[in-house]
Amino acid sequence: MDTLIQIAYFAAAILFILGLRRMSSPVTARTGIHWAGAGMLVATLITFFWPGMENYLLMTAAILIGGVAAWWTGQRVAMTDMPQMIALYNGMGGGAAGAIAAVELLRSDFYNDTFLVLALVGGLIGSVAFSGSLIAFAKLQGWMRRPFRFPLQHQFNLLLFVVTLGLGVMLATSDETGGTTLLLFFTLALAFGILKTLPIGGADMPVVISLYNALTGLAVGLEGFVLNNAAMIIAGTVVGAAGTLLTQLMARAMNRSIANILFGHFGGGEGAAEAEVEGSMKPIDANDAGIMMAYASKVIIIPGYGMAVAQAQHKIKELMNLLLERGVDVKFAIHPVAGRMPGHMNVLLAEADVPYDRLYDLEEINAEFPQADVALVIGANDVVNPMARNNPESPIYGMPILNADQAKNVIVIKRGQGKGFSGIENALFFEDNTRMLYGDGQAMVGELINAIKQL
Amino acid sequence: MIEGFTALYIFMLSAFTGYEVISRVPVILHTPLMSGSNFVHGIVLVGAMVAMGHAHGPLELTIGFIGVALAAGNAVGGFVVTERMLEMFKSEKEKA
Repeated sequence: MDTLIQIAYFAAAILFILGLRRMSSPVTARTGIHWAGAGMLVATLITFFWPGMENYLLMTAAILIGGVAAWWTGQRVAMTDMPQMIALYNGMGGGAAGAIAAVELLRSDFYNDTFLVLALVGGLIGSVAFSGSLIAFAKLQGWMRRPFRFPLQHQFNLLLFVVTLGLGVMLATSDETGGTTLLLFFTLALAFGILKTLPIGGADMPVVISLYNALTGLAVGLEGFVLNNAAMIIAGTVVGAAGTLLTQLMARAMNRSIANILFGHFGGGEGAAEAEVEGSMKPIDANDAGIMMAYASKVIIIPGYGMAVAQAQHKIKELMNLLLERGVDVKFAIHPVAGRMPGHMNVLLAEADVPYDRLYDLEEINAEFPQADVALVIGANDVVNPMARNNPESPIYGMPILNADQAKNVIVIKRGQGKGFSGIENALFFEDNTRMLYGDGQAMVGELINAIKQL
Repeated sequence: MIEGFTALYIFMLSAFTGYEVISRVPVILHTPLMSGSNFVHGIVLVGAMVAMGHAHGPLELTIGFIGVALAAGNAVGGFVVTERMLEMFKSEKEKA
């Protein structure tokens, strides 16, 4: 049986890696998740035959409870709410790694002290990923509107972390097992995850979720060593590394370091330098905007989080079809951090059946803006702010942006005159070639469609 | 028991694999891929099962139970949302 289990785990590890590889190309992505799913199924089923196990009835019940609840919520969640669901499921994985560590530490039957230390480290990381992900979920779900801050917060968090580590050292060096020290260790680890995530603003949540995803992977890998489980070691470490790279890519796209996100106070808007912008915002009505687009030869659409909030992606697809019928070249410009996660816009547009070959990355599309007759900005803000290019005073200076301001005309669909998520004034809105179309994203795109149909 | 340098080698090679697999990913697949990798660490389920299978006494059993339920949620939820997202990735040709 032992050999059979090892063969199954080996197969699962291969299926995971091949699955992830297939997921990295749009052509094969859909089969990739099925490959990984097959690996998971094989590994889970064979584990029932692990020698010397008990509690099968309760175990099956636990799998059913967790599985059915996740299946039910996963099928129902709207595409716009995907980021927080990923945070939630990721947190559950971290919690499971923490639970494994707790059980193993209570049993205290380690091969040698190295494995005791690995269990402690994995438990600490898993617990932080668990409670931190839950806070990220609550923030994105809108249950927690304001970042929670108090004086000397970073110093307090650091102290908390050091005390937690100290307890870990105590547990590793003393012969005492379980008891109060262990309880305190996990309680403080969970508290640290909460307090670490609370002050981070909503705009930075994608990077934070990605970071916790990597941490959960690492925790799973470490607990894999403790349990002598090769499938967990390989899958967990692969995710830990891949997640770390993804986190770096995301942070780089925002021109911020991971340290800055974790220790800075930018995402909530406080402390952002006020840069004065000259000029005024010039409104336009939907009819004029529609005519402008209908007679253009090239239109570039720039979606942002506002599109997700307004659920405007289906209307945008309709607008695209209408313009294509009139012979207008329509392209979508996707900023890497538009929305709440990298690729968030792509998922929403894919939901509305916009073919992915019409979506272009920042590098691919930026050279085309000068030839575009109209750049339509819908619900995007900071990612098109030219201050990132030309105002060294601005907090977003240096961030790569979409050069929408270089298009001949810019139309911005925006709910009101307020500032964006980051609280920074957007110079694009005050440019001479920019016109503001005020209103709800979905309603305004609807009016644009009507205006074009009436021509 | 996997230990010592063998453990280090496995760790190093796995980390390298993870880095390489993701480094060629286009931006449009970042969210599905993050979700996919979130599903893959749902493998924690097998560990949670083993831990619970060897648990004794009500405390260990309760923690084990919570661990298995959470891990199953990670695996199943991760699969469902990733599949739903990837289901939508079709090119213009496939849609015709």
